Amino acid sequence: MAKAIDLTKEHVHKKVENIVFGVASPQLINKMATAKIVTPELYDKEGYPVDGGLMDIRLGVIDPGLRCKTCGSKLKECIGHFGYIELARPVVHISFIKVVLDLLRSTCKECGKVLIPKDRVNRYKTRLDKAEIEGGLEGRRDEVKKIIRKLKTVNKCPYCKARQKKISIEKPTAFLENDKKISPIEVRTRLERIPDEDLFVFGLKPGYVRPEWMILTVMPIPPVTIRPSITLESGERSEDDLTHKLGDIVRINQRLFENINAGAPEIIIEDLWDLLQYHITTFFNNNVAQLPPARHRSGQPLKTITERIKSKGGRIRHNLAGKRTNFSSRTVISPDPMIKLNEVGVPKIVAMKLSVPEIVTEWNIEYLKEFVKRGPEEYPGANYIIRPDGKKKKITEETQEALLEEMEPGFIVERQLMDGDIAIFNRQPSLHRMSMMCHKVRVLKGKTFRLNPAVCHPYNADFDGDEMNLHIPQTEEARAEAEILMEVQTQLISPRYGLSVIGCIQDSISGNYLLTKRKSFSRKEAVSILHDAGISDFSRLPNKKKISGKEIFSVVLPEDFEFKGKSRAENEEGDKEVLIKKGKLIKGVMDRDNLGEGSGLLLRNIHKKYGENSAIKILGKIFKLGTTYLSKHGFTAALSDTDLPEVAKTKIRKILNDAESEVNNLISLYHQGKLEIFPGRTMKETLELKILELLNKARNESGNIVAEHLDKNTGSSIMSDSGSRGGPLNLAQMAAVVGQQALRGKRIGKGYFERTLSIFKKGDLSSRSRGFIKDGYKRGLEPHEFFFGAITGRDSLMDTALRTPKSGYLYRRLANAMQDLKVEYDKTVRDASGKIVQFKYGEDGIDVSKSEDGLLNIQRIIDNVK
Amino acid sequence: MAKNYRKYKNKLPESIMDEIKEKTEGMSDTRVNKVLKEAFNEYRKMRVNSGESVGLVGAESIGEPGTQMTLNTFHFAGVAEMNITVGLPRIIEILDARKTIKTPMMEIFLKKPWSTGKNIKQLALSIKESRLKDILVDITVSIVDSKIELKLDDEKMKEIGIINSKVVSALKKQFKKASIKKKDDIIMIKHKGKEDSMEDVYKIKEKIKDVYIQGIKGITQVLPVKRNNEFIIISAGSNLKKILKLKEVDGTRTTTNDIYETAGVLGVEAARQVIINEVNKVIEAQGLNVDMRHVMLVADTMCFSGEVNGITRYGIVSEKASVLARASFETPIKHIINASLAGEVDQLNSVVENVMLNQPVPVGTGLPGLITKVK
Repeated sequence: MAKAIDLTKEHVHKKVENIVFGVASPQLINKMATAKIVTPELYDKEGYPVDGGLMDIRLGVIDPGLRCKTCGSKLKECIGHFGYIELARPVVHISFIKVVLDLLRSTCKECGKVLIPKDRVNRYKTRLDKAEIEGGLEGRRDEVKKIIRKLKTVNKCPYCKARQKKISIEKPTAFLENDKKISPIEVRTRLERIPDEDLFVFGLKPGYVRPEWMILTVMPIPPVTIRPSITLESGERSEDDLTHKLGDIVRINQRLFENINAGAPEIIIEDLWDLLQYHITTFFNNNVAQLPPARHRSGQPLKTITERIKSKGGRIRHNLAGKRTNFSSRTVISPDPMIKLNEVGVPKIVAMKLSVPEIVTEWNIEYLKEFVKRGPEEYPGANYIIRPDGKKKKITEETQEALLEEMEPGFIVERQLMDGDIAIFNRQPSLHRMSMMCHKVRVLKGKTFRLNPAVCHPYNADFDGDEMNLHIPQTEEARAEAEILMEVQTQLISPRYGLSVIGCIQDSISGNYLLTKRKSFSRKEAVSILHDAGISDFSRLPNKKKISGKEIFSVVLPEDFEFKGKSRAENEEGDKEVLIKKGKLIKGVMDRDNLGEGSGLLLRNIHKKYGENSAIKILGKIFKLGTTYLSKHGFTAALSDTDLPEVAKTKIRKILNDAESEVNNLISLYHQGKLEIFPGRTMKETLELKILELLNKARNESGNIVAEHLDKNTGSSIMSDSGSRGGPLNLAQMAAVVGQQALRGKRIGKGYFERTLSIFKKGDLSSRSRGFIKDGYKRGLEPHEFFFGAITGRDSLMDTALRTPKSGYLYRRLANAMQDLKVEYDKTVRDASGKIVQFKYGEDGIDVSKSEDGLLNIQRIIDNVK
Repeated sequence: MAKNYRKYKNKLPESIMDEIKEKTEGMSDTRVNKVLKEAFNEYRKMRVNSGESVGLVGAESIGEPGTQMTLNTFHFAGVAEMNITVGLPRIIEILDARKTIKTPMMEIFLKKPWSTGKNIKQLALSIKESRLKDILVDITVSIVDSKIELKLDDEKMKEIGIINSKVVSALKKQFKKASIKKKDDIIMIKHKGKEDSMEDVYKIKEKIKDVYIQGIKGITQVLPVKRNNEFIIISAGSNLKKILKLKEVDGTRTTTNDIYETAGVLGVEAARQVIINEVNKVIEAQGLNVDMRHVMLVADTMCFSGEVNGITRYGIVSEKASVLARASFETPIKHIINASLAGEVDQLNSVVENVMLNQPVPVGTGLPGLITKVK
């Protein structure tokens, strides 16, 4: 009989309730220390760590084979232990310098009491408490600052009547009293005198802090495990920055001890003391304003404690708030319209490396044994076996037999990835939650990840070399959560605007547009299209000889679907209505406004009525239908697409010439000073605005003419009409005129002195010389026009490059500020400390990702209710 | 009829109720009832789940399209006359809750006779802050008797509706020590100092140019515009307090785009609305689609403490209870040191702290705990 897994023993879950912050007392430092460090030497001749040195093995082990003297565990098991050094003379801790200054200034130098008369102490106390209630700890801190500012000016102690002298600071670490230096020893004795009950004035909490602890007399030595040395190839050891710094500290400290004991002159002792202060200061922070940073021999500044914690690459943001993970993979992506939307194609090599743990039970033992038998080399095999005691064994040819023998319920087999396994697919930058979605694995040959082109949009992916990441969740909980909350179909509706983020793109829009537009197919053709699109149920195809495209399209719609909407392109009746009745497309064409992402309610309505699983299936079918029809129909864009009839050409030429002469007219008016000025503008600005308006109008007019005269049945026109790619503007730019190139909202004006390019005359304001491109791309650009195009092109590149970090920072701030807001069980929105931000989310409690474009569609309800 | 509505009064949000009332106008009782029932059913399905991490979703919804916004700082509003900050820089400005914004602007609505266009131009110009240099034709200094002579532009004065004597009194107010005389259309100023050096006189001359004549301080440009059959005044520069005091102004609709000013004059609730409106304006101008609710949530987090806080390390982030959450944002050392001095306790209630400790985060599915003990 199988051994039952004892969950209470196997999984001991501990939870950190809270974390308390405080200042370490000398006693605490002594207590947590396991070794006293007395020598700056690291290793003896044999390369063994010196006792009492900085690499003392009581502080933990970083060499394989050694055991920690404190806890007895080996490398990687021992987490390290603190040591300490006794400082020959006390030294100020750089991070507390401001607090120490405040303390010295506002307490009596003789009796140590706060310079507040006894009868008023309570008043201050209530004042601070009030500030805390109103503004939290931050508010209390502000109030403390105000009080201290006041106390600075008190010059007589209300208790012992001692006269107070002016205390100032000589940066970075020296304190002056009436311009005479006071030693840290004196500072410390003064701080010691401050009674516990006065500490509240400074916002210090008795029990957690004592003022004198801010002057160090003993210093903790961090364990070696946080400052491991690296052995170079040459066998030489390279020590961590912290070890270097600590070496300096210990060395100077020992020298100071020796000199004091030998009774050296005061100057020498003072010098060494200052040096010790410098080393300890830079040990904590190597970026103090007035101090030169401590450097390596190579001149590069040391990375000490503050630098380790701070900023993006620091401990907090790099290692604590960001984690690394196993069971993940990354390669180039490529499209595969034949797999489902919620599938991801995983190359076989990847599938053989990634694994899913499966617990061996009585019922699956035979099944799993098959995997183990196949081993890691044969797909689908297994890579590792984990024994109930937690030992992980690699499956190799040698171990295979033994492991098979050994296998029993309770073991875990890490089997290779197979079809249908759950994976999380991700593309950076992960700007929204749709950047990480759950897909089902589909193992394919090849070496790239495959995804259905319809899901490109939420990932913002294309196939010009993009790479994506794949993660395999390893626990049952993680898999369940991924499947229920993150799978593609659950992410169909964007929480940003309440419409579908996934829709048909490119070819499939063109295809569906052409399909729904075409009047007649023979029955054979229709069946062949549907079959190739993966539809095998032809029962809904009308039993006629000639079948229209709309009828073919209707086959993929649910039988009782009703819809009324608008399309982008005009249908054969000349309007833009789309009508679906009883699952039959009766009127209208399908284009981006109904099939595309982010627009139109067709997909949203299907989702609403039939649920996410049906929606994604229907969308997949529509997508495939479009692409199959297009590949049968044939589709191309040619140079002749943008051919214009002679009439149109003359019209456009006339418009442009008129515009140009009009511009010249304005310029001459400007030169004569007769131009009518817009209020609040100079004449030059007025001229520029007028010209810009005029030229834009000219371009738009020519665009309209192009749209009127272009052949509607060319690839380019179809793409523009259906909205699959490009718009009327692009067509006009190709066929007729590119138009005014604008730089920062103005015409191009910079370059040479008073002219844009050296081929123009100085002061030339004409449209030609200021960036108006009067040719189309097909006819070709003049050299100067090409330059203008390049100018705006470069400018837009710059814009993107500058914008990305700015918006990234804004996003980071937003996310940091709002990450802990959540809807509570009482439906109020609260932050982590329970403060109410909104009484009802969004004032009506509607979840955007469950809404239709952010609304409850009442009109539809009214229409449905008879 | 009314009974129908009353039944659902507290079940459906007000905005939806209003829409139903409007659209079911004149329908039969039973049908209205059905509509209400169906609407309630759908509404129930659409409500947010408890534990939903709405904050992060909101941040995503504003942060993600941020990458698509233009950086082009200026845009011409309306009739190509006034510059306003748009795009990403404006969003950053709003969310930072900057005290001084780049392009303050007001939309001044007017009461009845003026809103139809009566004396609109004059009214607008009288609001505009005018300084002496705006109506100056010539300013000369006679070296002999150190006098300054001013010649004013009559046409411009008429335009903004001001007379000579007013200018003189304005000057007198500023320069109490000087004797100011009027001679025809020339104003003479003689400084009564002890020994006036030429340098002093020139200094005064510069000062004179900047003498405030009339209008509302801060309003640098005005533009009357017709919008929806009604004349309004759009102004560059903003001074809500003073504008609201004018008798011609309809104070119920007049707005400024300065958040702090609104908060000071009308309170936080109004400031919240300004944040929402201004963010929405930018988003719409960029042709992006972001739901109102996200913008509202951002505005609410900025305002819920009772005053306007920017989304910066000095603003809302500094108000968080958790030390680690603050430290993970910016200036970690400062926060850790301060926490140790005050003996702060981090209760690990929010997201990042728990990420740091490898514990489940208390939002979404991390929220419910298992009550049954595994045995």
